[in-house]
Amino acid sequence: MTGMELFGTWIAALLTLCLMSFLYKDNPLFRFAEALFAGVSLGYYIGITMDQTLRPNLFEPLRDSGLTLETGHLLFAGLVGLNLYTRYVPKIAWFARSSLAIYVGYYVGINMVQKLQGEVLPQAAATMVDLTGGGSPTDALNALVVFIGVLTVLIYFFFSVEHKGVFGKASRVGIWFLMLGFGAAFGYTVMGRISLLIGRINFLVIQWIGGTLQALGIGG
Amino acid sequence: MFLKVRLPILLTFFAGLIPIVAFFFKDGTPYVKTLSSSLEQDMVIVSGFALLLGVVNVVQGNVRKIERREKGWFYAIVLLAGMAFMGLFGAAGAMRLFGLPGIGMMADGRPTPFQWGSLYLFTPLQATMFALLAFYIASAAFRAFRIRNVEATILLVAAVFVMLGRIPIGEPLFGPITEWMMQVPNGAAQRGIIIGAALGAASLSLRVILGIERSYLGLDKSE
Repeated sequence: MTGMELFGTWIAALLTLCLMSFLYKDNPLFRFAEALFAGVSLGYYIGITMDQTLRPNLFEPLRDSGLTLETGHLLFAGLVGLNLYTRYVPKIAWFARSSLAIYVGYYVGINMVQKLQGEVLPQAAATMVDLTGGGSPTDALNALVVFIGVLTVLIYFFFSVEHKGVFGKASRVGIWFLMLGFGAAFGYTVMGRISLLIGRINFLVIQWIGGTLQALGIGG
Repeated sequence: MFLKVRLPILLTFFAGLIPIVAFFFKDGTPYVKTLSSSLEQDMVIVSGFALLLGVVNVVQGNVRKIERREKGWFYAIVLLAGMAFMGLFGAAGAMRLFGLPGIGMMADGRPTPFQWGSLYLFTPLQATMFALLAFYIASAAFRAFRIRNVEATILLVAAVFVMLGRIPIGEPLFGPITEWMMQVPNGAAQRGIIIGAALGAASLSLRVILGIERSYLGLDKSE
């Protein structure tokens, strides 16, 4: 471990401890680390956006090819993007609406196609399978459970009809399926968070304490 | 009135119509498909500008907090300093300024300042922040999982089975039933949610394209 790496490890370890101090109670060290996290995260996304979105899609094509027929639309994109910032000039703040309109319009259009073609139709097709299609009885039973689950969950989400009578009972079964799904998601989340916690404790013990001892020539 | 209200609604309509119309044409179809793919590339660029718009908002809010010496103004300085460090080195690296080769590693294997910040500030802070939730999720679980009715019981059983089925000690006993739960009843619930959410999103998209939904422009129905 180089000196710079050790320095970085110490910074990371101290910030980790600052955040963990919240387990005792809210305190200035936690709030310092929390504010730093918010700032660093924003800065991180600035760097990533500049490097992975604006540079390869806008700056480099314009720099390498200049303003041609092929790259002309990039200038349009840049102007639409810059126009978003007119919202900070009160007199012409409404200019930004046009950029926002194009941006939102395009994405809702593509979203509509993708949702219907990429999610609704394939999911519905996968639900309505042939129960006598040659699979084992267990497969057929599972397919039936899936079909009942999807149908009852959709019934639960259908609010145009009052949930009573047969509809209400089906809706109740839908809630059971949903609860099972939420329980499974909760279990997964707990496991994920515990795994992260183990990772942080490993970092403190192995990289921070172990690395420092190693740098001091103590231990293996 | 036209420029401020009607024009943005018309722009939304045409911008939304382009990818929908293009969907019905083969790749490489002149005009329609090329227009749609150009617009797709353009919107990626606009999304970059839109993200940076959020940064301006954060800077404005925090500078105001510092100027007025509001409660917690010191933490606003910390936030801005963190953002300036990562943002400036990130932007400089992305633009290859000051001899920086990018936002990753230098040619000699040392990290760039942005990469250093990413390794020793961003990653540990993010991981610890999420790891902290492990403790709070336990108290949330206590409240959510108290057996009061059938629904809470199903929630509890599903969560316990998933947790036990994913650890080495519980996997032999609970692994198969966890797998079945995840594939069949949980799969059905997720599928129902996906279909419901997708239909909702598609109908909202249609409302936006047709100009019925205008709140994203800061307009109400009377305008």
